[in-house]
Amino acid sequence: MKKLDYERPIINKVNAGMPDKFGMSTRVPVISHIEGVAITDIMKQFGSPIYVISEPCIRETFQQAQKAFLSRYPRVQFAWSYKTNYLNAVCKIFHSEGAWAEVVSGFEYTKAIENGIPGNQIIFNGPDKSREDLERAIKDGAMIHLDSLDEFYYLGELAHKLDKKANVGLRINLDAGIYPKWDRFGFNLENGEAWNVLNRVMLHEYMVLLGLHTHMGTYITSVNAYAVATRKMADLTNRLFRKYKYELKYLDLGGGFASKNTLKGAYLPGSDTCPSFDDYAEAITSVLLDSELPPERLPLLILESGRALVDDSGFMLGSVLANKRLADGRRATVIDIGVNMLFTSFWYDHEVLPTQLKSEQTENTTIYGPLCMNIDVIREAVQFPLLQRGDAVVIPRIGAYNMTQWMQFIKLRPPVLLIDTDKQIHLIRKKETNEQFNAMENVPEHLKG
Amino acid sequence: MKLKKNIAISENGFLFNPETGDSFILNPIGKEILNQLKEGQSVTDIKQLLLERYDVDLVSLEKNMEDFLVILQHHGLLDR
Repeated sequence: MKKLDYERPIINKVNAGMPDKFGMSTRVPVISHIEGVAITDIMKQFGSPIYVISEPCIRETFQQAQKAFLSRYPRVQFAWSYKTNYLNAVCKIFHSEGAWAEVVSGFEYTKAIENGIPGNQIIFNGPDKSREDLERAIKDGAMIHLDSLDEFYYLGELAHKLDKKANVGLRINLDAGIYPKWDRFGFNLENGEAWNVLNRVMLHEYMVLLGLHTHMGTYITSVNAYAVATRKMADLTNRLFRKYKYELKYLDLGGGFASKNTLKGAYLPGSDTCPSFDDYAEAITSVLLDSELPPERLPLLILESGRALVDDSGFMLGSVLANKRLADGRRATVIDIGVNMLFTSFWYDHEVLPTQLKSEQTENTTIYGPLCMNIDVIREAVQFPLLQRGDAVVIPRIGAYNMTQWMQFIKLRPPVLLIDTDKQIHLIRKKETNEQFNAMENVPEHLKG
Repeated sequence: MKLKKNIAISENGFLFNPETGDSFILNPIGKEILNQLKEGQSVTDIKQLLLERYDVDLVSLEKNMEDFLVILQHHGLLDR
């Protein structure tokens, strides 16, 4: 006789008085395949833990975003935010869809050039641009977005020495009615600093002002903030035209669009609350079209969205290391995915899902990572199915920031796979090795032996 | 190890402890174990029974049973 399917015995206390007024489903979703490829097959071949990126998902998301803006405004250009995910394969997918590059360091700038992006399609942001970085950017004709007055003077000096005009944009921070106000980057609009520096740039012999840039924050769920920011930027563009009869080439509204992940402390899931690309596009483009800017002078609209374009395409696969019972009776499950490789778990309540389910039973569980560190918590409390040691888990929506902010801490970084549009699997970043790690170090003679 | 006598378990796995007023929900295998305990079966006998009925290895079953009994004790459902 065939034996019955087994699951471990559980007993859950019924807690009355905490009704869910939205009646959200308590059913645990299952992810067994990524783009038609079975997760069990992937893990059998490549081990655990491992990152998986879906190329079709990146392309679909990018096309959705582009369509949302291009169907409302004639001139739109996306620039891929390198810091969100600068794996070359990922960057190249975005570039093949037509995205320029938005970089914030010499390291990223080099990556963009090596990925085949010409200098005049690189937006160079950020507070740290070295002499070499700036000289290269001047020569390449990159869009250098000034962050401070010190940088303005330094860039002027270098351009003078090179006897070549630098292409310049101005990073502007403004009050769009949201908190926190990011006033640490660029020049403030409301106190007149931005206008002051704009005039200096306009009068500078070795600078050409190409555009204005603002980037209000990150994970901004208020589309109205974009409308406010766009209005202020459009007004500034007009003011510049009135004074100098000068037409700006572009307005860069930055990024900050929310992804469907749920922020810690949020009452409703991000997938229900996060605005769509159409919502953001409607807010931004309506303001531009309704502004004083005449149709023949509409600037190119640049967007530097990162998170919203790539988050959904990333999956982290791992397995259960142990089930434990905490001193107060709570269930704890330890998985081999830790905060060292899932940096975003510091601000998101990531979904941790099974790849198969034997029943709908769940237990309130704390999910810990594998590090011998108290901070290594992936979920504080989640209704989790009854998995056993060795069972696979999937964390979806991890494509943004995890493969750049990952830490080599206690363990080496896991490999990264890409599933292409033909369902072929490619290893796009190898697992790190002890040899590579040690090759960076040097032990002084007297400590050898 | 015995279940406290006055504990009631319904057919669909709802458990009520009249001493404390607490209610619990059991999954089917949890219900099965508790019913066996209620009938006075020993833990060893129950394990043997489950091994025969379910597709599980001895080590996993022992780990899970131990954990289950700890949580029953934690909720004050056992006479020790």
